[in-house]
Amino acid sequence: MNLQSSSSSIPRSAGETPPVEQVDLRREFAEVGIGEVLDQLDGELIGLKPVKTRIREIASLLLIERIRKRMNLTSGVPTLHMSFTGNPGTGKTTVALRIASILHKLGFVRRGQVVSVTRDELVGQYIGHTAPKTKEILKKAMGGVLFIDEAYYLHRPDNERDYGQEAIEILLQVMESQREDLVVILAGYGDRMDKFFASNPGFRSRIAHHIDFPDYSEDELLAIAELMLCDMNYRFSSDARQAFIRYIGLRKSQPLFSNARSIRNALDRMRLRQANRLVADLDRVLTADDIMSLEAPDVLASRVFSKNSSG
Amino acid sequence: MRVTQGCFSFLPELTDEQISRQVQYCLGKGWAVNIEFTDDPHPRNNFWEMWGLPMFDLRDAAGVMMELTECRKVYGDRYIRMSAFDSSHGWESQRLSFIVNRPKQEPGFRLERHEVNGRNIRYTTTSYAVDRPEGTRYGDR
Repeated sequence: MNLQSSSSSIPRSAGETPPVEQVDLRREFAEVGIGEVLDQLDGELIGLKPVKTRIREIASLLLIERIRKRMNLTSGVPTLHMSFTGNPGTGKTTVALRIASILHKLGFVRRGQVVSVTRDELVGQYIGHTAPKTKEILKKAMGGVLFIDEAYYLHRPDNERDYGQEAIEILLQVMESQREDLVVILAGYGDRMDKFFASNPGFRSRIAHHIDFPDYSEDELLAIAELMLCDMNYRFSSDARQAFIRYIGLRKSQPLFSNARSIRNALDRMRLRQANRLVADLDRVLTADDIMSLEAPDVLASRVFSKNSSG
Repeated sequence: MRVTQGCFSFLPELTDEQISRQVQYCLGKGWAVNIEFTDDPHPRNNFWEMWGLPMFDLRDAAGVMMELTECRKVYGDRYIRMSAFDSSHGWESQRLSFIVNRPKQEPGFRLERHEVNGRNIRYTTTSYAVDRPEGTRYGDR
């Protein structure tokens, strides 16, 4: 009796690869190493709650999909093409880069490179120029992620002979027929992407994940600024910090505000002013602390404040 | 007569999966893979026509396989080979080449003997295929 049961279990474990029946989810999770990527995403990207939730969902789905494959529960390769919509500077490109590494760790793209292109690199200048150009980019992106920034430029509704349409057709064809070879991510500003999808329904239906990037709140913008400064080995003095909070409030209400990108530019200008302030007094002995800290005058010299007071 | 030139030509025909693995090996080494075709199988015909441009900066074999499929659609009745070019300093030449497509019928070569001065003989090999004009050499006979 005893012998029988043990002998029946032996060929099973010694066989080639029988379908797994039990899976330790925690071990599986750790093995794949997406935990770190997701934590990194949480730590380094501030705000973007809906985006992070969606990425977690996708990551979980892919993890389960991997396990299902090992259990011989076949299901087709999930469609992973995505579209990122949101205002300027909300982190679409940054997230695209992270997505590529998540997909790579989970084994849904083989190489994990990101090829980032815009209209210029896909659409040619004369008849017969577009197809080879688009194909060349597609070939480079095979096994990785093709990130098309400002994708709505591909379609020019005012010019029906525009070569963009040809690029769109090739893209659609490859997105459908080589789903397991590459993932296409389209990105652009919300309203214009809606128009783009409206005129190219084929795209909308071939993209499974539409992710909307919300604007940052003022607190999040401050946190972003401090993270950026920390990366550049700078810091705000407490006065400067207060001034910068006021700066964000004012800048946000002005036109052409592009979230994190505006913050980055503001910080760059503040660094210029700080350097100028330090150089102005050549007799002074500088400490590391002086060089690292941005003071209130560096912030307050911004045009944003003067405009507000004058007008 | 089966034309044997380049790598693997004494092996059975490579499957697409095997071709893809070989291409991936080349890409992994940083070589640029090209697709070339011809309907003149003479062994001294070194320069075949290129299908498209050399494919630099690819990471995955799927891109090359996509082009191969296209090329087979158009020139499926001819010889097609992959060649891998190593651009690194000191090499700057082809590192690997293998045939990935060949005509259904390979009629082989005839040997011509020219008697020249004295009783000397000069030999020439000519493919039977080239008796017909270019482009129609491997069609239905």
